[in-house]
Amino acid sequence: MDSNSLLKLRQTYNRTRRWLGLVSLAAGLLAWWLAALYGGLPAFILPSPSDVWTRFLRALVSGELARHTGATLLEVLLGLFFGTTFAIILGYILAKSRVLEQILSPYLVASQAVPLVAIAPLLVLWFGPGIFSKILIVGLIVFFPVLVNTVFGIRAVPPAYYDLMRSLRASRRQILHHLEIPAALPIFFGGLRIGATLSVIGAVVGELVGANTGLGVLINISRGTFDTPMVFVAVFTLIVLALCLYGIVAWMERKFLIWQEHISNN
Amino acid sequence: MPASSPNPILVADKLTITFPDGNGGLHALNDVSFHVQVREFVAVLGPSGSGKSTLLRIIAGLIAPTHGNYTFASGQSPRIGMVFQQANLMPWRTVIQNIMLPLELQGMNAAEARTHAQDLIELVGLQGFEDNWPRDLSGGMAQRVAIARALIHDPDLLLLDEPFGSLDALTRERMWMELSRIWQARRKTVIMVTHSIEEALFLSDRVLVLTQRPGNVKLDLKVDLPRPRKDEMRYTAHFGKLAGKLKDAIG
Ligand SMILES: Nc1ncnc2c1ncn2[C@@H]1O[C@H](COP(=O)(O)OP(=O)(O)OP(=O)(O)O)[C@@H](O)[C@H]1O
Ligand SMILES: [Mg+2]
Repeated sequence: MDSNSLLKLRQTYNRTRRWLGLVSLAAGLLAWWLAALYGGLPAFILPSPSDVWTRFLRALVSGELARHTGATLLEVLLGLFFGTTFAIILGYILAKSRVLEQILSPYLVASQAVPLVAIAPLLVLWFGPGIFSKILIVGLIVFFPVLVNTVFGIRAVPPAYYDLMRSLRASRRQILHHLEIPAALPIFFGGLRIGATLSVIGAVVGELVGANTGLGVLINISRGTFDTPMVFVAVFTLIVLALCLYGIVAWMERKFLIWQEHISNN
Repeated sequence: MPASSPNPILVADKLTITFPDGNGGLHALNDVSFHVQVREFVAVLGPSGSGKSTLLRIIAGLIAPTHGNYTFASGQSPRIGMVFQQANLMPWRTVIQNIMLPLELQGMNAAEARTHAQDLIELVGLQGFEDNWPRDLSGGMAQRVAIARALIHDPDLLLLDEPFGSLDALTRERMWMELSRIWQARRKTVIMVTHSIEEALFLSDRVLVLTQRPGNVKLDLKVDLPRPRKDEMRYTAHFGKLAGKLKDAIG
């Protein structure tokens, strides 16, 4: 088979795959609908898709949904930003200094063993129910995967490239810019993808523990008033939020790592 | 010791290196001394593992010798263009971006660097591949990119580690011609490691032969063949005699 028809085959395959995904989603929605209609469950246990949709529209019009989503989004973005920034800086330093890594690694490993869900109440107690404690929780949850992947990414730079750069008398900054950053990016992005997904979880956990606004708060309030359709709306919004973040990271990855075979072939 | 020479750019004195290996160390080079004249083309021959690559790495300043030292005439290390045994292309840079790297490191702006790189693309015969990723290149093509990269910043000293090892015979001979031409035109000093006696004789003014590990200079042979060197030269009696000497020394 020549490469042209092979390409066509692959395109058809990709299209079929996307189409199948949509069919599967539609089937799931239908199953939910049928279960809500004929399952005999009260609406505050299992609302139907149309209940949820109506509630969604109402929350949208009243601005309630936007307010809570905005708060969560802000926590997520700030937490991601600070967590990632500190993780990159510390990761680079650790990658460069084995001694420092050995000194700090017990703390890092221990900090990872602490379930963040368990200390979230403590953080909210210490830092109050405002946005700061949420940024802290998100930052902490994002920190570790990004840190580890930064360290591994920098360590994985082939020594031969350092030889090349040094034979050209490159400065430390040039080595960082032209070698270490591009070489570490693929592994780094792996960490960022995990971090982005975890960040939404971190924000919601913080909000469930104690906050004034945010989708976690919305879930708590709606649950208290048996407004289950609203709980569904909040949960779906969280899913969309997480997917969007993941999509943005994946998009950046494709953009920056175009040189990688599996990326440009897709 | 080689006879002291009129205008050396590099003097290596008793270079010795031992790599730590957990039991007494791996003795790779032993008392290697030689001079390299300005604009001289020196070939280094020797069995595998005799420390040829290590010698180049010392001269490039990438590793320090355990004993001995080397000095450059200028008192400071010259601008170096190095071709490693592996092409060492950065996979995140396209062909032309890889060739531009040394100029970018010198602070030249990208547009200007690109013009220079384009000339070298033609020199190594890679027109049409400027914007390809290294992963799309054959071994020989990648090595030609590495050669272009080593030449672009007009280095004073070229260190070549089996630069034509992965090329087919035809391309290799074309590259010999090109390298001769560049060397004549730009008057560079070259130290080239090779496994090919023919290549050494065709290109160089002098051949150093290293012994088995620990490497030591076994023969320092002057190649007194007229330049420019022609293809037919390979079938002359004198060429044959020099080749015989080298063959004996390599053992
Ligand atoms: N960084 C290093 N650490 C430990 N041992 C090394 C190192 N570099 C080289 N060696 C050892 O030194 C010896 C000489 O190596 P080198 O690569 O210089 O040989 P070579 O003459 O270039 O061989 P070849 O012709 O196969 O390329 C080898 O035994 C090698 O294993
Ligand atoms: Mg070698």
